[in-house]
Amino acid sequence: MNLLEKLDAAAVARKSLLPNGVGAFGIPIEEVFSATEARIGDRRVLLLGTNNYLGLTFAPECIRAAHEAIDKEGTGTTGSRMANGSYFGHRALEREFAEFYQCSSGIVFTTGYQANLGTISGLVGPGDTVLIDGDSHASIYDGCILSGADIIRFKHNDMVDMEKRLRRLGDRVETTLIIAEGIYSMLGDQAPLAEIVKLKNAYKCILLLDEAHSLGVLGETGQGLVEKTGLLKEVDFITGTFSKSLCSIGGFCVSNHPQLEQLRYISHPYIFTASPSPATIASTRAALVLLSKGSDLRKQLWANCTQLYSQLKETGYLLGPDPGPVIAAVLDTPQQALQLWQSLLEHNIYVNLILPPAAPEGKSLVRCSVNAAHTPEQIRYVGDTFAKLHSKI
Amino acid sequence: MTESNYNEIMQLLCDRLSVLTNSDTQITPDMNMISQLSIDSIKLLNLIMEIEDTFDVSIPINALTDIHTVRELADLVHKIKSDS
Repeated sequence: MNLLEKLDAAAVARKSLLPNGVGAFGIPIEEVFSATEARIGDRRVLLLGTNNYLGLTFAPECIRAAHEAIDKEGTGTTGSRMANGSYFGHRALEREFAEFYQCSSGIVFTTGYQANLGTISGLVGPGDTVLIDGDSHASIYDGCILSGADIIRFKHNDMVDMEKRLRRLGDRVETTLIIAEGIYSMLGDQAPLAEIVKLKNAYKCILLLDEAHSLGVLGETGQGLVEKTGLLKEVDFITGTFSKSLCSIGGFCVSNHPQLEQLRYISHPYIFTASPSPATIASTRAALVLLSKGSDLRKQLWANCTQLYSQLKETGYLLGPDPGPVIAAVLDTPQQALQLWQSLLEHNIYVNLILPPAAPEGKSLVRCSVNAAHTPEQIRYVGDTFAKLHSKI
Repeated sequence: MTESNYNEIMQLLCDRLSVLTNSDTQITPDMNMISQLSIDSIKLLNLIMEIEDTFDVSIPINALTDIHTVRELADLVHKIKSDS
């Protein structure tokens, strides 16, 4: 099979997932009406397949800031910070992230994916080890592969397995980076951070926590799992994304280790890419202010999460262990998941479809992302529709 | 590690693969686990975890990219065990 024939084989598999001409992946969204509604084809749909957790995509403060930045600095930076320089906004946002996490320094990356890629590949290299959760996001896996370090997986959130693997490393723990996530994107469950920190300290490793899905969602000021657990000072490096609760695009890493600054000179995903546009940086800065003061938004978000999680559980769906903004119904086969996904769309509800091998343990997922802007009526409609469809899958 | 340890690894791999393939096919060291034995990535990862616990080693997942045959997997486990 030559290179192009391999792609043809993948295309055949993909075509089996195109019911009635509508693709489950990369679905065309014709118009966006609000943080909760859009048009897909001829349907006005409820959006439960976005990561807009605080519902800030149309926040006037963020839109105004983006407009002003375009007027003042143009549409793009046209190159990397290393070559073209760092704008005031890049440096300001880095300071603001560092202050938000009470850290000495911060780095902004062009995407959340690159934040993990750049941080991990900057921290470890060939001969080092990364110890990662089995359900880690692709950006973590890819960062580890790029680094050339040995990649050891532990079973998802299984601290006995993690400890066993730390013990097996022997002297190599000295050059081992542990990586966990605040909220895991597949099942929406949280890392057992207190136990991870205990093991990290016992074995004297470095710990990186990705707060991509938990930023804005957990903790009084929205720092994430570090704030909810009171373990901010125990985590060496925190990464995250702007594309979820902050409603733009980009990523960051903060730390109290002064060595973080060296990543600017060795990390290819930071160096060899264009820096975030002025509008992106400006709207992110405005969103970070709203996020840190957004305890009311978080209360609304959690009320919505609890309502939908309870309703789906009562109906009999198998869900992840923790209620949260990521609520995934676990199904045995891709066909069941596809049927449920398609039926939900026919009821004007857009959710995410996740199939093996992306879904854990060979299962398939129909995943909802809840946000603070959903009304209780919208959440109830989604729950009722899931209930109506339960007997048909 | 000794030759007997290597044989133990090979024997365990052949036994487990025989169960996983659910057939009467005689497993031999040079069989390709994916193309000949139809072991998918999830089954392979489960097999790896079992091997890891049996021999008290951790196998880096990036070391598995070059592993195709039963013998190559046995060699890798043997090397990691010998180095530990």
